[in-house]
Amino acid sequence: MHISEGVLSAPVLLGGAVAAAAGVAVGLRRLNHDRIPQTAILSSAFFVASLIHVPVGFTSAHLILNGLLGAILGWAAFPAILVALLLQAVLFQFGGLTVLGVNTVTMALPAVLCAGLFRPLLLSQNTRRAALGGFLCGSLAVFLSGILVALALIGTGEAFQTAAVAIFLANLPITVIEGVVTAAAVVFLGHVKPEILSSALT
Amino acid sequence: MPGLDTPLSRGDSLVHRLDPRARLLGFLVFSLPVALVQSQAPALLGLALAALLLLLSRPAPGLFLRRLAAVNLFTAFLWVFVPLSAPGQALFHLGPLAYTREGAALALLLTLKINAAFLAVTALVASIAPPELGCALQALGLPEKLCHLLLMTHRYLFVIQREYQRLFTAARARGFVPRTSGHTYRTFAWLLGMLLVKSWDRAERVHQAMLCRGFTGRFYCLTDLRCRAADVLFVAASLASAAAMVLAERLA
Repeated sequence: MHISEGVLSAPVLLGGAVAAAAGVAVGLRRLNHDRIPQTAILSSAFFVASLIHVPVGFTSAHLILNGLLGAILGWAAFPAILVALLLQAVLFQFGGLTVLGVNTVTMALPAVLCAGLFRPLLLSQNTRRAALGGFLCGSLAVFLSGILVALALIGTGEAFQTAAVAIFLANLPITVIEGVVTAAAVVFLGHVKPEILSSALT
Repeated sequence: MPGLDTPLSRGDSLVHRLDPRARLLGFLVFSLPVALVQSQAPALLGLALAALLLLLSRPAPGLFLRRLAAVNLFTAFLWVFVPLSAPGQALFHLGPLAYTREGAALALLLTLKINAAFLAVTALVASIAPPELGCALQALGLPEKLCHLLLMTHRYLFVIQREYQRLFTAARARGFVPRTSGHTYRTFAWLLGMLLVKSWDRAERVHQAMLCRGFTGRFYCLTDLRCRAADVLFVAASLASAAAMVLAERLA
């Protein structure tokens, strides 16, 4: 989910950049050198995951999985998403420099918030509670990202209202799919390797 | 799944021969006015300058055109929605909504800016190989941990992608066909879960191997960054073009 360069107004861009810088600073401070290889390789896995297209009716959507990313990396989600956006610019020429902050915040802030909010459920031994936590974390993170993108557009000007509403509505079916995928992945990880979920940087 | 290779970074054009730091600085200086100008003249100037840079960087035409089309899907979306909510003089009506002249002018301005930014990214950033990008960002003063994260994430993208493809092939060999169903989503979730478990274990082995080789948290760049006269000239030219765009904005 990103906004192209050249669309948003200066105050929105500046706000996004400041918030992203703060989030990345917190993430990097909590990330000590010993955890860098792990964070980097998990980030590669999430980058690959974001390239997977799952069928949705007649079309397909690619996974975002920022909720699951937050659940596994915690505050390191901020630097991980910034790195992913930089790599997208190099590999696919998406995005740009001035929107980097806004795009980082729209994906990383919901990831960190939802993962923190649902942590007790995500780590629960009870499969149903873990699945519920996974669903809420996965779907709410994408839902909030959609809202932040819409807000960034509306904050830029009245002319973007319809576009913001369209993006928000198109995002809703993805919200459900992300919830289902995150729930199943959280239950799987809880059974197979619970430490992946429990060692997030809180 | 799209390839993760960076064919645009291989080349020996004038742009490729510039120091990656100079390309990044030039990109920074150029991006700010492109993102912020609000009138057509400076946006057009920016687009022309970016097109010139792109010609100098000589990208593979097929790949470039595919990426250009992908970027302009978003501008097409803006052409549909922005004129419907911008206030102004109606060109025609779509039910209760008016498609306005002012909105269309804004969509045109955004199209110019988005394409100028895309051409600049393609010429200046995509021409840097990711390992060089990490070193250049570190040399420009970005946090060491962030650059280290960037380099390692990129290094393992290919490995993890191959791992995922192996898992997916195994699933298909067992008769998995993706559809719109809970079963499909659950299967993808389990594939991803397995991918994360494998990545976790791999990270442990990689970290141990790094410790064995004396890793102390410092990352040494093997790329030799050298600033020549051409690099200084390029950054100066970027500053001049940014100034020209600001001037055009003032005059408009």
